[in-house]
Amino acid sequence: MTKNLRRWGPGLLLLSPSLILLAVFVYGLIGWTVKVSLSDQHDALGSKGFVGLDNYVYLFTEDINGRFLHSLRNLAVFTVVFMVGTMLTGLLWAFLLERGVRGEGVFRTVYLFPMAVSFVASGVVWRWLMNPSTGERAGGLNAIFQSLHLDFLQSEWWTNPQWGMSAMAMPAIWQLSGYVMALFLAGFRGIPNELREAAAVDGASTFQLYRRVLFPQLTPVALSAVIIIGHMSMKMFDLIMSVSGAQWLTEVPAVYVWQALLTSDYAKAAAISVILLLVVAVVVVPYLVYTDRQEKRA
Amino acid sequence: MRLSRRIAAAALAITTLLPMSACGGNEDSADGDAVEVFTWWADGGEKAGLDALVGVFAQQCPDQTFQNGAVAGGAGSNAKQVLASRLQTGAPPDTFQAHAGAELVDYVKAGQVENLSDAYDQWALRQAFPLGLIENLTYEGRIYSVPANIHRANVVWTNKKVLADAGVTTAPTSMDEFFAALDKVKRSGIEAPLAVGKDWTQLMLLEAVLISDLGPHKFAGLWNGATDWKGAEVTKATNDYKRLLTYANDDRDALDWTDAERLLMNGRAAFQLMGDWEAADLDAKGFKDYGYFTFPGNGETFQWLADSFTLPRNAPNPDGARCWLKTVGSAAGQQAFNTQKGSIPARIDADPANYPPYQQSAMADWKTATQVPSCAHGAACSQGLQGAANSAMAKFSTDLDIASLQNALAQATSQFTTS
Repeated sequence: MTKNLRRWGPGLLLLSPSLILLAVFVYGLIGWTVKVSLSDQHDALGSKGFVGLDNYVYLFTEDINGRFLHSLRNLAVFTVVFMVGTMLTGLLWAFLLERGVRGEGVFRTVYLFPMAVSFVASGVVWRWLMNPSTGERAGGLNAIFQSLHLDFLQSEWWTNPQWGMSAMAMPAIWQLSGYVMALFLAGFRGIPNELREAAAVDGASTFQLYRRVLFPQLTPVALSAVIIIGHMSMKMFDLIMSVSGAQWLTEVPAVYVWQALLTSDYAKAAAISVILLLVVAVVVVPYLVYTDRQEKRA
Repeated sequence: MRLSRRIAAAALAITTLLPMSACGGNEDSADGDAVEVFTWWADGGEKAGLDALVGVFAQQCPDQTFQNGAVAGGAGSNAKQVLASRLQTGAPPDTFQAHAGAELVDYVKAGQVENLSDAYDQWALRQAFPLGLIENLTYEGRIYSVPANIHRANVVWTNKKVLADAGVTTAPTSMDEFFAALDKVKRSGIEAPLAVGKDWTQLMLLEAVLISDLGPHKFAGLWNGATDWKGAEVTKATNDYKRLLTYANDDRDALDWTDAERLLMNGRAAFQLMGDWEAADLDAKGFKDYGYFTFPGNGETFQWLADSFTLPRNAPNPDGARCWLKTVGSAAGQQAFNTQKGSIPARIDADPANYPPYQQSAMADWKTATQVPSCAHGAACSQGLQGAANSAMAKFSTDLDIASLQNALAQATSQFTTS
C-alpha cells in the first residue's frame, strides 16, 4: 500500500490542482448544465422542480415554428459547406505548394494570414461584402459584380431563406483554408522521399504516385483537419453574430442558446447546450478512440 | 507519512482554489452615500439625458453622490445580462433601469424589486402621471417603478421631398388611404416606398396595423390572452401587413432601424414606422426635411413605451436610491432628462414650451389619447414573449405564411402569459 502510494503519490499530487480545476470547472459545470436542462427554470424566478426530459421533447416537437429544428438545419448546411470548402481549398493549395513553387514562403504566409484575423473582425468586413441589396443601392460584392457587368452573379447572400447559410460559410472557408493547407503541407513533408523514389523506380505515373502512395498517408492528417474544422463549425457563434446579428434567418444552436439566455430561459438554454455538446461528442469521441488505438499500436 | 501527504494535497488544493473564490466576490463600491445607478445609457442623447438628470439629482439630494453603473450595448442587450447575474448573486445596484410594464413583471415575480406604492402617495405621483400609465405600471395592486420618460411607437416618419414629388399632399388617416399613398409614391419611381428593418421593427409595424384593424382595446388584449390571435380580424390585419411588405425593401432582414432611416433620408423611401426617438436622431444627423403622422387608422391611440427606475431588494443604499427615484419622478428631473434624450415626460404637468416641435405635439396627444402599450419594447410583453414574437416576425418576413404567423403568436402568448 505504502509502496504503491510512493510510486504514484507524488505524480498525483502534482497533477491534483489541474485535476481539481477540470473536475469543478469542466465536468462539474457540465453536470450542472445537465441538471438545469432537466428543470423548469424558464425565467428569473428560479426552478420549481424536476421535469425530466420535457425541455428536450419540447425543443424537438413543440418549439414555436420549429425554431430549434430550423437552427439545426442551418447548422447542417453551414457545416457541410464549410467542411467541404476548407478541405478542398486547403488540399488544393497544399498540393500546389508541395509541387515546388517559387516563393513558397510568401504564398504560405498569404494563405495562412486570414487565420490570424478574428471571426468578429472578418465578420464585420464580410457583412459589408455580402450586402444583399441590388440595383442602385448595391454594395460590396454585388456592387463589384455590377461594375463588371456580371449582374447575374448578384446574390441575396445570407438572406436567402433556403441556402443562405452556405453564403455564411464563405468567410469561414476564407479564414480556415490556410490552416487546413498547413496541416496537409506538413503531412506531405512528413512522407519520406524514399517512398517517392521507390515509386518512381517502379514506374509509377504522377497520378499513381499521389493516388496510391501519398494520399493514403495523408488520411490521419485529413481526419484531424475534419475534426478540428467540424467542431469549430458546430460551435459557430461569433461569425454569425457579426455578419447577420441574432435572427431567425441565420440562427444556429449556439445563437439560440444566447437568445434563450437573454430572455432568462435557463432550462431551454441548458437543454440546447447539452444537445450541442452531444452533437460535437458524436464527432470527437470516435476520433479520440481512433487516435488512442493508433498510439497503442505504435 | 500518508497523513502528511494528504494534508499537503489538501493545502495545495485550498491554495489553488482560494484566489478564485476571491475573484467571485464583488468589490465593495458603496462608501455609504454613493448611489449606483445601473443603466444602458452610455452615449448619444441617452448619455446627455442621464448627465442632465444627474445635475438635478445633485441639487435635490446634496448628501448623496451619483455613481455611474452604465453598461453599453443597444437596447440593454449586454446590460440585462450583467444585471441578471448581479441580482441572482444578491449584489444588486442601488437602482436599475428597466422598461416599464410587462418586462418589469419578471423582476417583480422573482421578488427582486421593492414595492414603491407608498412613495407614489408621498411624492404625489399618482396625480402627476396619466391614469392609463398608472394602470399599466400597477401589478397586483402595487407599483414597482418610476418612469423617467415616455416614447411613442406608432409614428410614421416621412421624407417631405419624396412625398411632394409624388404628389402626396395630405397625411393618410386610414389603411386604404395609406395604400393609395404608397401606390402613388411607387408610381413616381420609388421602388420600395416603405422602409423596414429587421425583426423588431417588423413587429412594431404589425402592431400598428393591428391597432388600426382591431382598435386599441382589442389590440391590448392580444398580448395578455384576452383577444384571440387566430380570430378573423387578426387574419385581416396580417393580410394588410403582408400587403404593406410588398411596398417594403427586400433586404429588410439585413437592416437595423438606422439603416432603414438612411433609406428615408436618401430619398429612396418615403415612409418609415419607428418610435419617436427617430425625431432626435434625424435632428442629430442634420436632416431637416422630415414629416410625421400617427400610423394611419390608429386615430387617437398613443402606443407608448417607457424607461423606468426601480428599487432592488437588498440595495446597499436604499435611502439614496429613493432620493434618486424622487428626482426621476420630479418635474425638474423629467424636464432635464427628456429635453436632452428627445422623449417626452411621463408627467402631465410639464410645460410644452420647453420642448422642440415634435415633442410638443406628442405631449398634447399624451394627455388626451388612448394609451396602449408596445410589445416590441417591453411595455406589453415579457422578454421571453418579445423574443418569440421577433423570431416569428423574421420567419414571416421570408415565407409570408399568415396562418403560421398567427399560430406562432398564439402559442407564444399562451406560453408566456400563463406562468
